[in-house]
Amino acid sequence: MTTLQVIFVLISLITLGGGLYTVIAKNLMHSALGLILSLAGVACLYGLLEASFLAGAQVLIYIGAIAILIIFAVMLTRGVMGAFPRANDQWSYAIIVSLALLAVLIVTLFRFNWPQGAPPAVPTDSIARLGQSFVDPGLYALPFEVASVLLVAALIGSIYVARDRN
Amino acid sequence: MNVINDPFTWLAGLLINWLSTFMPPQGVNITMAVLRAAFLGIFALVMFMVMTWIERKGVARIQNRIGPNLAGPWGLLQPLADGVKALTKEDITPDHADRIVYNLAPILSAVAAMIVFAAIPFGPGLIGADLNIGIFYILAVSGLGVLAILLAGWSSNNKYALLGGFRVVAQLVSYEVPHVLSIVAPVMLAGSLSLVTIVEKQPVWFILVLPASAVIVMLSGMAEVGRSPFDLLDAESEIIAGHHIEYSGMKFALFFLAEYVHAFGVSCIVTALFLGGWRGPNIAGVTVPWLWFFVKAILLFNIMVWARGTLPRLRIDQLMAFNWKFLVPLSLANLIVVPLADRLAQGSGLSYGSWPWALVMLAFNLAMIWVAFAWVGAAGRRARRAVEAPVESHDESGQGGEHALAHDAQVGHAPAAAGAH
Repeated sequence: MTTLQVIFVLISLITLGGGLYTVIAKNLMHSALGLILSLAGVACLYGLLEASFLAGAQVLIYIGAIAILIIFAVMLTRGVMGAFPRANDQWSYAIIVSLALLAVLIVTLFRFNWPQGAPPAVPTDSIARLGQSFVDPGLYALPFEVASVLLVAALIGSIYVARDRN
Repeated sequence: MNVINDPFTWLAGLLINWLSTFMPPQGVNITMAVLRAAFLGIFALVMFMVMTWIERKGVARIQNRIGPNLAGPWGLLQPLADGVKALTKEDITPDHADRIVYNLAPILSAVAAMIVFAAIPFGPGLIGADLNIGIFYILAVSGLGVLAILLAGWSSNNKYALLGGFRVVAQLVSYEVPHVLSIVAPVMLAGSLSLVTIVEKQPVWFILVLPASAVIVMLSGMAEVGRSPFDLLDAESEIIAGHHIEYSGMKFALFFLAEYVHAFGVSCIVTALFLGGWRGPNIAGVTVPWLWFFVKAILLFNIMVWARGTLPRLRIDQLMAFNWKFLVPLSLANLIVVPLADRLAQGSGLSYGSWPWALVMLAFNLAMIWVAFAWVGAAGRRARRAVEAPVESHDESGQGGEHALAHDAQVGHAPAAAGAH
């Protein structure tokens, strides 16, 4: 194995371990921490693929924003300390959905024609090209704007829900 | 000559020569990377000691005291005495605290403050790693500090710590918005996220080209560090030190370390983004880039000390109103004005980086700042008139109260900001 493969295996183990801990931890807050570990592992995998912007966005959005939101929600909605029942009565549906997703992933893994050999080199101006493709009408300008509209709608909706009725 | 200009590169060159006598090239690379990381870590710790000394001396002078003066000349060894004291203190873990998270939080806090230094250019070639996402990396990892404080607040099993945790989220996440929006302006002008490129593209320091962004980044940076006047997250007189109330000894020292290293990190970021980084005039024909960087960064830190020594703490609703009703709109306006001014200036033949171009940008920025202050001043005057008006016209003043900043003038008004529990 090359050094890169060893690092890949280590990061993958951390990612999967974090995911497993998220599911089996007794304490909901520990589950959230496991999730953060798993997300950090995914960020490292992006870094390993030389997708540095994606790695930064993963840390900024998933760890910096979403994980903090999850922890904040746990702090506000449950008692401050102590163990809570992890699963509610929807666990059977969750198992069905998880198994379906696993099946899709396994089928994809075996049916997709994976490219062989060394990957092409990452262009040095990859971030500039990423930025330009977001505003190029021929590429991703429309999806980018649609996502922005969706976020604005969510923002207005949340303000409407949280608004003081008086 | 080379030794004075850049002693670090010179030392690294000597070390590489010596290592390659008995190591394969790859081994040399790995050793140098590890050494660079270790050097940056030790550098952060040394800067922590220097910063605490500067702060204690500075605040003491402002308060007409002498400050630490017994340990070593001018009290220079005071940080070492503090360290020994922190190490010998009893390590207390509260009852029913979540042990793993409780011990993890200070480590995470210190790490989040220290890894920022990996992407800061202290001089040409004097950088941990010249990432092509430089400033984006710094913004991403500094979010981990929020997480650490939140975890500390939760795991201490203490209601004041928890209140501190809630305040952290309200304050730090809010101030991240103008922080990021204003950092976009120098990134747009330089056309790169890499801090090295941003420094290289500053023939005129960006503080003269983008004064509004510079001030907003510095202010929101201070708020993110949680330093006075933005120190609501560990306000001693309100929530008795907030998230680190239960921490003692070295664990408390780690939070303390995180605060000062983060403060120096913010100074370094502002130096690189707006003060031209390592750029500076020659001294007696010798260029000392890294020295210029440290002079600028430590000057900025002194401004923070000055603010801490002279300004009172803000109330949480004032803090939120200042952010959402002044800084965020101003940085959004800045985001529109800067590219327009740049296009106008460069379109009319002024080349990037020339003094006329910088003057045009400065004029646009000053006009924008003047409009913003005039707007806020008018709103404040309206609010004051509404409060001073006789009681009969209170219905009208109620409508006026909906206007931006208006309810700030009504002292004792229930805080409407999020997180004010």
